[in-house]
Amino acid sequence: MIVVFYILLLFMLIAAIIAVETKNLLSAVICVGAIGFGGSLIFLFLRAPDIAITQIVVEVLGLIILIRATIARDLTSISGDREFFGTVVSIVIIFLIFMAGFKVLDSLHDFGTPVYAKTEKAASQTYIEKGLEDTGATNIVSSIILDYRAYDTLGEATVLFTAVIGATVLLRKKSRKSPEVLE
Amino acid sequence: MPYAICFLLFMVGLYCAVVKKNMVKIVIGIMVMEYAVNLFLIMLGYRFGGVAPILSRSDVNNETGQIMQSFIDNSVDPLPQALVLTSIVISLGSLALLISICVRIYEKYGTFDITEIRRLKG
Repeated sequence: MIVVFYILLLFMLIAAIIAVETKNLLSAVICVGAIGFGGSLIFLFLRAPDIAITQIVVEVLGLIILIRATIARDLTSISGDREFFGTVVSIVIIFLIFMAGFKVLDSLHDFGTPVYAKTEKAASQTYIEKGLEDTGATNIVSSIILDYRAYDTLGEATVLFTAVIGATVLLRKKSRKSPEVLE
Repeated sequence: MPYAICFLLFMVGLYCAVVKKNMVKIVIGIMVMEYAVNLFLIMLGYRFGGVAPILSRSDVNNETGQIMQSFIDNSVDPLPQALVLTSIVISLGSLALLISICVRIYEKYGTFDITEIRRLKG
């Protein structure tokens, strides 16, 4: 079973590399879709069905948005990177970050043994034990997002609403009043 | 090892966002980073042989209403899942905002190339 997991992870990695390196924008967008759906399958494997469902919905909407941005533009692919010196400096910095992060990965607990199981009175432990009793929801995740941490969900709705307002304002063609009315 | 692959995915996204000239490519890089971070958080809560944090009828003791110890010992961590759920939805909102900025810049300057857009300064 773990082999399937690794295959999906490598699939996501390869799709990401193709999405980054391909010249055609539409192909890059489709590769992003491949990453997202691969990620959704991985979430199913990691026993997170709620995340998998949300990921599929968000992925479809995101693909529609991205294709809206790329299609019907002239698909003149922009070749070449930024100027040479800046590129080299960025790659060196990215490599340094990678090495530093790799050290940090050693300090994490092993894959497959969650840290909350070893700590007494962890929040997750309380949610699992008391979730049904406190909220009456059989799905622990929904009992967390809608009851224990409902303010998080309220904040999420606020952020989403702000983003939608921003997008609407940016995409609006002209002001609502026509110039004649103003005069 | 899975953490390392996930981190590599993040680095691919970071490389794309920093080095590429095309604005849509930069947005794609940011999206790849979001996928990697979400995946990493979910991976932190996984346990081998775990079950999804959804109770079924057999996980609850009928007489006392207590949750069975087998479920408590086997469930994956529900807290990262709840927080990542929020994060995924917010990433959709930020994607819509970024793409609308890109579309406006394209309408004004006629290109996605960020080195061509010189009139932004001043």
